[in-house]
Amino acid sequence: MMKFLINLLLLLLIVAVLVAWIVLPWQGAVLLAVLFAAWLFITRRGRQTLSVASVGISTLGQRLGSSAVIVIGIAGVVGVLVALLAMGEGYAETLRKTGSADTAIVMRGSSASEVMSVLDHDSVTLIPQAPGIARDAKGQPIASPELVVAANLPLKGGTADDEGSVQLRGVSDQAWAVRPNVKIIEGRNFQPGMRELIVGKGATKQFAGLEPGHVIRLGNQQWTVVGVFSSGDAMDSEVWGDASVVADTYRRGSSRASVTVKLTDPKAYDAFKASLDGNPQLKVDVSTTIDYFNKQSEGMTKVIRIMGITVGLIMAIGAMFGALNTMFAAVAARAREIATLRAIGFRGLPVVVAVMLETMLLALVGGVIGGVLAWLIFNGYSASTLAAGTVGKLSFELRVSPALLWTGLKWALAIGFIGGIYPAMRAARLPVTTALREL
Amino acid sequence: MKYFHLIWAALFRRKTRTILTLVSIIAAFLLFGMLDAVRTSFNQAGQSANGAQRLQTGSKLSFIQTLPQSLEAQIQQVPGVKMVTYANWFGGAYQDPHNQVFSFAVEPNYIDLYPEIDVSAAERKAFDDTRTGILVGEKLAKRFNWKVGDKIPLQSTIFPNRQGSKNWTFDVVGILHSKDKKAGGFFDQMLLLHWKYFDETTPFNRGQVGWYVTRVTDVNQADRVAKAIDALSANSDHETRTQTEQAATANWMKQLADIGLIVGSIMGAVFFTLLLLSGNTMMQAVRERTSELAVLKTIGFSNRSVLGIVLAESVLLLVLGGVIGLGFAALIVPAVSAGSGGMLNLPSVGANSWILGLVLMIAIGLLVGALPALRAMRLNIVDALAGR
Repeated sequence: MMKFLINLLLLLLIVAVLVAWIVLPWQGAVLLAVLFAAWLFITRRGRQTLSVASVGISTLGQRLGSSAVIVIGIAGVVGVLVALLAMGEGYAETLRKTGSADTAIVMRGSSASEVMSVLDHDSVTLIPQAPGIARDAKGQPIASPELVVAANLPLKGGTADDEGSVQLRGVSDQAWAVRPNVKIIEGRNFQPGMRELIVGKGATKQFAGLEPGHVIRLGNQQWTVVGVFSSGDAMDSEVWGDASVVADTYRRGSSRASVTVKLTDPKAYDAFKASLDGNPQLKVDVSTTIDYFNKQSEGMTKVIRIMGITVGLIMAIGAMFGALNTMFAAVAARAREIATLRAIGFRGLPVVVAVMLETMLLALVGGVIGGVLAWLIFNGYSASTLAAGTVGKLSFELRVSPALLWTGLKWALAIGFIGGIYPAMRAARLPVTTALREL
Repeated sequence: MKYFHLIWAALFRRKTRTILTLVSIIAAFLLFGMLDAVRTSFNQAGQSANGAQRLQTGSKLSFIQTLPQSLEAQIQQVPGVKMVTYANWFGGAYQDPHNQVFSFAVEPNYIDLYPEIDVSAAERKAFDDTRTGILVGEKLAKRFNWKVGDKIPLQSTIFPNRQGSKNWTFDVVGILHSKDKKAGGFFDQMLLLHWKYFDETTPFNRGQVGWYVTRVTDVNQADRVAKAIDALSANSDHETRTQTEQAATANWMKQLADIGLIVGSIMGAVFFTLLLLSGNTMMQAVRERTSELAVLKTIGFSNRSVLGIVLAESVLLLVLGGVIGLGFAALIVPAVSAGSGGMLNLPSVGANSWILGLVLMIAIGLLVGALPALRAMRLNIVDALAGR
């Protein structure tokens, strides 16, 4: 009965420690590490712990096989977790970078995304007259009416029949003014009125035949690719052409999908929105581009995060029991040694902490290996998906950020903690006489 | 088999260790089961006999481009075409533009082309008779708590009605059921409304349809029929592209993400870890039992049977953990599908996953057992008994 109560208490303690650990920021962890080191080096118990632990750690080499189980198991968990989370991070980051606080996007009311929106010619001319829009050198408002359609293009590396969807954006000169980060990196810009296209850097990786100079077929018309642009965000996955030519090809007349405007500064947004909302001639929705793109990425990011954590959790359980197994075996193998230490006067606490220290150290090594591997393999790895709210393939790069690596390390140490505590308690509780007799 | 009790006893010689290892194996196969369900759901999409019989004809320009309604009569004339229908995106959303619903405006005969969909005769008649009627998928109705007879407001994120408002009102007249619950199609999550009502109410459509669906009389003729349909509008301003439904879905899924690679690398990581864990356990178990194995040999067990016993033990351990893990996956996967409220729709762990899983269990079992078993086989009785 007593034993059961103690076990229950231990379980509650572990849960509490884990919860605290999850919410702990890195500064807290550093503080904890410093405090722990101070305890190790200054107090008597601490120094005892250190000497017990050093025996365990110095014999790790002899138990290479079983220690490797902990290290590699935890490295696997951390690697997979970090890679999956990096995917979500990269996706969200790509869309987040696309928007900014000082540009706003205007679409027809209750359109969930650009491709669903249609603004007639009157609205397109009315919108740039609202207050709060920045003006260029000539005194013209910087507002870019754009058209977004889905185009079918052959996929790279597929058969002739393998077509994918790419987002084709019809733009005018002002598109460059509202997106200063878009730069031509190869070839030249298209000429207004001509059937010419410039293609995003990401799109060239997904679709075949998008090199400057090539002629591609969109529907029953021939277009010439004349340049490649780069922006480092979602625009990289798009193909741009002259708005009126695109509208002709896709039978859109003088309508446009959206108007993106540059605001004089982020504070001008409220006035701009109020003016458009108050205009009875317009039925439009306004949002800053950063809000718009954040909203678009929300669902997908959540799905990837949940997937990553579920997979990570199941793997962590597997690795945790692996660690438990190994440490139980290690403690059993050293039962005599531990009992001898206790017989000559070492107390329970140093023994418990020493065994814990050993496991946590192995876990830390595993976590670092897993994180480094994930970083080496997956940082900058490009993936693509059909993004919500767009009608083309969005290519994005996985991003292993320091924050993610820290999350991975936290998981590793948590697994090490649980994997170490039970064997450690066992080592401390085993009656000295029994342990000394054990073979 | 006559040594089964021996193997079983050896397996549970150290209960804690065996149970801890089992949990690791269970976790690995639980993950395997779940990931394989995802993989199968991607592979299976559209892979039905019905999917091969249906052709989808859309605009060659892009999937959001529309086609003239007059094409229907022409497609009908193509030899080998049994039935043709058409549909449009409606872009419906409930309460919030981001709460999107799979909603199509369809010709009434749409349901006839989809024998996978089950609608009661009375509800079908009600749909045909009600201009503003809609048929709602079972899961969709459950998600928003809609019942037959309800009047529901629906926003269209694409089409305004004649008053310029995007708020449409429909009457729920029937519920769609998916005949094959396991197929994982989205029939029970979609919403069908009348194309005619849609076309007359929105000023923006003007007799255009989004895509045609054609049922062919003979599956083997599908390619020829597809080419003939595309030839109808060749060199016009509305060129078409016709594919079997199967090919279209596969193409779509491929664009969604490279699922195979992601799933494959996770499985790789899991199994590598698993191999190491259980391999280590088996090594320990054999090392501990050195003297016992020596006794076995002394009383006349042949080298080969000792090898067999150790191998059998490791295979048994893997199969035991694997079956429990896959069993958990079989329980959890439908729960996840149900819990996601129609966001995810995974098929339950199928026969193929079980077979693949069992093969993996036995293969891994043999692999991790090989080294310890060889050790046991080569054991020198005298040395082993002396503890050298």
